[in-house]
Amino acid sequence: MQPGNQNEIATIRHADLETLLRQGDSVILGKSRQIRQAVACLLARGHLLIEDLPGVGKTTLAHLLAKLFGLEFRRIQFTSDMLPADIIGATVYEHRTGGFRFHAGPVFTQLVLADEVNRATPKTQSSLLEAMEERQVTVEGETRQLPNPFFVVATQNPGTQIGTFPLPESQLDRFLMRIELGYPGHSAERDLLMGQDRRALLEGLAPVMDAARLLQLQEAVAAVHTAPAVIDYVQALVSHTRQNVGFQHGLSPRAGLALLRAARAWTLLEGRDAVLPEDIQAVFPAVVGHRLEPMDAVAGTRRSDHALRILQAVTVP
Amino acid sequence: MSSAGTFLPHRTLLGLLLTIGAVAAPHALHLPLWLTALVFACGLWRYMAGYQAWRLPPRWILIPLTLLCATGVALTYGTIAGRDAGVALLTLLVGLKLLEMRSRRDTVVVLFLGYFLVVTQFLFSESLFTAGWMLLMVWAMTALLITVTRPTDGKLSGAHCSLAAGMVLQALPVMLLLFVLFPRIPGPLWGMPESDARGVTGLSNEMTPGAISELSQSDAVAFRVEFDGDPPAASARYWRGPVLPYYDGTTWRRSQSPRSPPPVLETMDGAIDYVVTLEPHNEDWILALDLPVEVNLSARVGGDYDLRRDDPVRERLRYRARSHTNYRLDPGHGADEQAMYLHLPDGAHPRARELARGWRSEADTPRELMERALRHFREEEFVYTLQPPRLRDDPVDEFLFETRRGFCENFAGSFAVLMRAAGVPARVVTGYQGGEINPTGNYLIVRQSDAHAWVEVWRRDEGWLRVDPTAWVAPERIELGLADSIPESDVLPTLSRRDPGLMRHLALRWDAVNAYWDRWVLAYGPDLQRQFMKRVGIDNLSGMLTVLAVGLALVIAVVAAILLWQRPPRQTDPALNLWHELVRRLGRAGLPPNPGEGPRDYVHRVMTQRPDLAPRLRTAIGAYLRLRYGRQAQAADRDALQAAVRHLRP
Repeated sequence: MQPGNQNEIATIRHADLETLLRQGDSVILGKSRQIRQAVACLLARGHLLIEDLPGVGKTTLAHLLAKLFGLEFRRIQFTSDMLPADIIGATVYEHRTGGFRFHAGPVFTQLVLADEVNRATPKTQSSLLEAMEERQVTVEGETRQLPNPFFVVATQNPGTQIGTFPLPESQLDRFLMRIELGYPGHSAERDLLMGQDRRALLEGLAPVMDAARLLQLQEAVAAVHTAPAVIDYVQALVSHTRQNVGFQHGLSPRAGLALLRAARAWTLLEGRDAVLPEDIQAVFPAVVGHRLEPMDAVAGTRRSDHALRILQAVTVP
Repeated sequence: MSSAGTFLPHRTLLGLLLTIGAVAAPHALHLPLWLTALVFACGLWRYMAGYQAWRLPPRWILIPLTLLCATGVALTYGTIAGRDAGVALLTLLVGLKLLEMRSRRDTVVVLFLGYFLVVTQFLFSESLFTAGWMLLMVWAMTALLITVTRPTDGKLSGAHCSLAAGMVLQALPVMLLLFVLFPRIPGPLWGMPESDARGVTGLSNEMTPGAISELSQSDAVAFRVEFDGDPPAASARYWRGPVLPYYDGTTWRRSQSPRSPPPVLETMDGAIDYVVTLEPHNEDWILALDLPVEVNLSARVGGDYDLRRDDPVRERLRYRARSHTNYRLDPGHGADEQAMYLHLPDGAHPRARELARGWRSEADTPRELMERALRHFREEEFVYTLQPPRLRDDPVDEFLFETRRGFCENFAGSFAVLMRAAGVPARVVTGYQGGEINPTGNYLIVRQSDAHAWVEVWRRDEGWLRVDPTAWVAPERIELGLADSIPESDVLPTLSRRDPGLMRHLALRWDAVNAYWDRWVLAYGPDLQRQFMKRVGIDNLSGMLTVLAVGLALVIAVVAAILLWQRPPRQTDPALNLWHELVRRLGRAGLPPNPGEGPRDYVHRVMTQRPDLAPRLRTAIGAYLRLRYGRQAQAADRDALQAAVRHLRP
């Protein structure tokens, strides 16, 4: 994105968002694109899956988001002996009052970090994923609303590790985006090594906005203009994945909707009020990568590479 | 691109090798074994190179190997030109090219060679099976060509296969048009062997004992006949071939003066009309029902009333003919004055001559003579068999007085000798007798095993009369055919047998399909094309070529129209049209968009590459994005875009 070209189309600048992104960049170095994607995901009311090796800053990113948006934050470290009640809470008999009382689980938080979600058993995983989808939890017949905004950042270690339960495809679909952080660049890593402790840096950050403002921005995302030409482009991309046999199956209509939602959020971050094909392209790998299962998963090719190939194969209408 | 051997995905490579193998496979029937084995080894090596990452041979091995193999071809065939050696060389080169297949370009070359191999198959066989198989191969190779040339990962996919099928289907009307209208070249193609019918079994222009019983071992089709009305009875189905009046003591031969005037023919009752599809037999006669009066083919009637062409029949011939089974041939003219029909070599067949002299003293008229001879053949217990005992010195005397077992040529030859010895003009006629009606398609199949020989004797005022001594001995041969007339121990080829099994039923069905193919596709040569063209009102070559050109243009126009019709309606967004104009202008200046590049990214890239264009482009892209993606289109933006694009001079 070249600077100074923001005047091409009607602009709406959100000063607080720009500040937020700037501050984010100062904590996690050299990962400006991933931070933008994570923020876009949050603005689009989606949930985020971060898939990468330990130690590249997954947890820090989640922390950072909570801090900057001024959200209540809880972290759930998933383990194989975890039960659904450990996430959503349970009804407990209280001797003092002589009655049953619901103890809300950690999921009743505005921003939940589900760390190493693939360590838990599928039953436990699905209790979280259901909460993500429904934005409410039903315990013993009683439905309880989760807070609004509600945002789940799940992390997953890639690769075949013993004792893990990789999320099935149908559940991966619940995440709006899946991003990888990757190693920092050389100079970014040097700055990181020379700089302050990240945790301390996070502690020192002041929130840029609050939950109310976030909800307002989420409203604004929904209002971003999407021209028919953009819809044409999304359709062309989706139908390409269905017609070309490089994948187990094509993208679902839900994927197309997710793509538009994420692109609108990205457009807002870019300070425009109308989606451009470039916005679709910017979020495409993150939105689509985990929804496409290549026919032949060759070791070493990342799923986002397939997404890039689709972008190259489909002409912008 | 990965290493040289593995640039093709496994499935594509396997498909390619199997396809090339299937294209070349029919050639294995006539190629030398070493060559087939070598080509197979090349394919296997190439497969292992792709699959197990074997190394491909380096060029300094390939070049001498190629020269060595070409020498091998030259030594095997004595030449490297002509059909057989040329095809051997081509097949060899395809095999060796596989070992040199290191890039997509090489793969394309291999596929083009494969198309060429397809063409060469038709130099050897034009059967329906070959045509179907090769059409399939063209489809498979087109699918592979699409796979290889598409800028994707080179994986063979169902989409490529169906696209190839669509392309082949689109080519079919063009193929039909060319088939019907492209001028046919008479005669064999350049480089084709002079006689492709070499080794074809069939009648010969002479008859020696054993010649026809040899033919009875072949179930190859000699010709097929469709009758306009009901076919004549089996006993009347004598198909006249070469007539053999010359006799030298062992061999009967044809008349040496083919240009002698045709004899007088008086026909009596109803004519029989029919169409013959004659298989090539590499000799100059054509066959017709005894006796033909009209043939719509350039053929001459010889002095012995046999039909001859100027050139040997090297291609399948199709002709309409009319015959009369009741006739009087040459009744007035004195055939007895022609010594040829009475000639017997001096000293040949003393016992037969003696027998005939005895008859002559008993009988006055030729009719009585013939009856005497008939009685002789019946009373002496002659046996009709496919495997007569070997006759050593005097085939006639030994047959008549010792073995008494023989095939039709023994009977015909001996009878003609007896008649001549008795002073009756006689000649041997060879041809076919009978044939089998195929209920599927309702036509008559006459096979080589129906080959037959009979005798014509001449009587004043009655002319030449057909006498078939075989019918006296084995009447069922004439009424029912060969299979029912020979002893069970005699061996017959499968299709000449009469068992009513499923196999035979299927074989007849298949023969009917082939007959249609022969009739409508293969027989469409220069003659038939000329007839057809005349019927539709085109009588010269330039007219034909004009119709061909117009037809091709029409087919292309129709296909193009269908494709255009199927395309999504053209966008009429003026902003988009202006944008396309901008892209075209930039593209001409060497600045085309990258694949899948968005408009904004594209223009920004161009602006950094060509800062001189930046002001116009900035105006243009701003206006375009607002027009196409913005909330409300503004007339001012359209004008700005139009002006910017119009003045853009990259």
